[in-house]
Amino acid sequence: MMVWKTLTRWYHQLGSPRYFYRFSEVLLPWLWPIALLTTAVGLVWGLAFAPEDYQQGNSYRIIFIHVPAAGGALLGYVAMGVAGLVNLVWRMKMAEVMIKAIAPFGAVLAAIALITGAIWGKPTWGTYWVWDARLTSMLIMLFLYLGVMALINAIPDPRQAGRAAGLLSVVGVINVVIVKYSVEWWQSLHQGSTIKLTGGSTMPPEMLTPLLISMLGIYLLFAVSVLWRARAELLWRERKSAWVKELV
Amino acid sequence: MSFTATMQRELLLAWRRPAEIINPLFFFVMVVALFPLGVSPRPELLATLAPGVVWVAALLAVLLSVDGLFRADHDSGALEQLLTAPQSLYVPVLAKLAAHWMLTGLPLVVMAPLLGYMLHLPEQAIGVLFIAVLLGTPTLVAIGAIGAALTVSLRSGGILLSLLVLPLYVPVLVFGAGVVSYAAKGLPVSGVLALLGAMMLASFTLAPAAVAAGLRISSGN
Amino acid sequence: MYFESFAAFLQMGTHGPFVWSAYGISALLVVTNMWLAYRRQRLVLNEIRRLTRRDQGGL
Repeated sequence: MMVWKTLTRWYHQLGSPRYFYRFSEVLLPWLWPIALLTTAVGLVWGLAFAPEDYQQGNSYRIIFIHVPAAGGALLGYVAMGVAGLVNLVWRMKMAEVMIKAIAPFGAVLAAIALITGAIWGKPTWGTYWVWDARLTSMLIMLFLYLGVMALINAIPDPRQAGRAAGLLSVVGVINVVIVKYSVEWWQSLHQGSTIKLTGGSTMPPEMLTPLLISMLGIYLLFAVSVLWRARAELLWRERKSAWVKELV
Repeated sequence: MSFTATMQRELLLAWRRPAEIINPLFFFVMVVALFPLGVSPRPELLATLAPGVVWVAALLAVLLSVDGLFRADHDSGALEQLLTAPQSLYVPVLAKLAAHWMLTGLPLVVMAPLLGYMLHLPEQAIGVLFIAVLLGTPTLVAIGAIGAALTVSLRSGGILLSLLVLPLYVPVLVFGAGVVSYAAKGLPVSGVLALLGAMMLASFTLAPAAVAAGLRISSGN
Repeated sequence: MYFESFAAFLQMGTHGPFVWSAYGISALLVVTNMWLAYRRQRLVLNEIRRLTRRDQGGL
């Protein structure tokens, strides 16, 4: 019961633009250096200290950016879907702001996952692009992000844009699940590449640890970028309110 | 407005403007006809391409037709009336989607086997193509309608709609074209067809609610 | 460090160009994104300040 009460209190407090602004003001000076440091530690560890992969050699080191980017893109899309649902059901204004704040970095991470996957593909498959199940799913993911961003850009009213993008990402999240299964089935149908970039055998801890650290780092950077964008959007929307006038 | 009343109204309106039914069909046939001209008339090559070509063309035809789904109602103010009415939008939207599929989807379903034959698809796959398009096009209409609802008040309509909707069409394309390739290889198809049917039922029950929400967002209330 | 020398680290066996280009592009994209996100809130804040000053100054 205590947990539930705390959660509902957070929901209402963070749902208030003024409280959210203050909260991010306190959080950000700590969060962004921690995010940067975590990412740096994870990547340097992965690049310089983790052992070589006995099959793929050093090219596997791309995993330390590829997998966190792919994970972040997926997580960001699911977060947009959740925010979209919250907005549809309770018409929470903060949810609209969050959707618009998540989309740009989510799209960037999807692009990074694709680019690094393609570069990794060259030494592994001998070609930059293979219609591999994971790369194909990530390409659709990027298209979904671009759709959301195109919709946000096309609608002049910021509230309406946020709500429309929210509805689209709710539909998109359901779609992502089906896309994943359909693409895996499609690949088994057409007998595509047999070597997978990631997965297959279980990772030893000296590779897994830096991977998890850089994953955490990228997620924290994502959070920082979302907070910065949400603050900008909030300030602009509430520019006529008393609390913003007090602030400037 | 009840289900039958909306349906009757839609069918009557379409009867007065038959071009809106025929144009997507022409588009479908023309796009398919471009492939042998662009690729090669070799039967064995066309047969492997056929499932994907027919599906992509059907998908684009539905997408283009769905763009105008709510535009006339939006411009005439009929949509605004519907939105301010006290009852739920679910049933009228469902009727509108069903009517739209009957008017634009069904002609594609009838034409698909013929196009499959012209692309030298093996005979055992042509029946499966017919059933797959029959089960798949309602899903395409339902998903496309969500995008149409979100973009109805925007001037930039068409190309934006395709950016929103095409990624959502991927599963239908993959399963729809895949099952025809299965049939061409003589593999069992009932499981995938059942899946296409399930997607149709799920999208037709869920999409009207999403379309209604989208129309409310677009009208700003 | 896993590598014997700094040169070996840069070379990564034969995979140096792949690994470093992947990381370079990723770093460029992430840094640009973070900078744009940070700058936007600064710009908005300045714009609101300008608007308030104009309202108060009555010009």
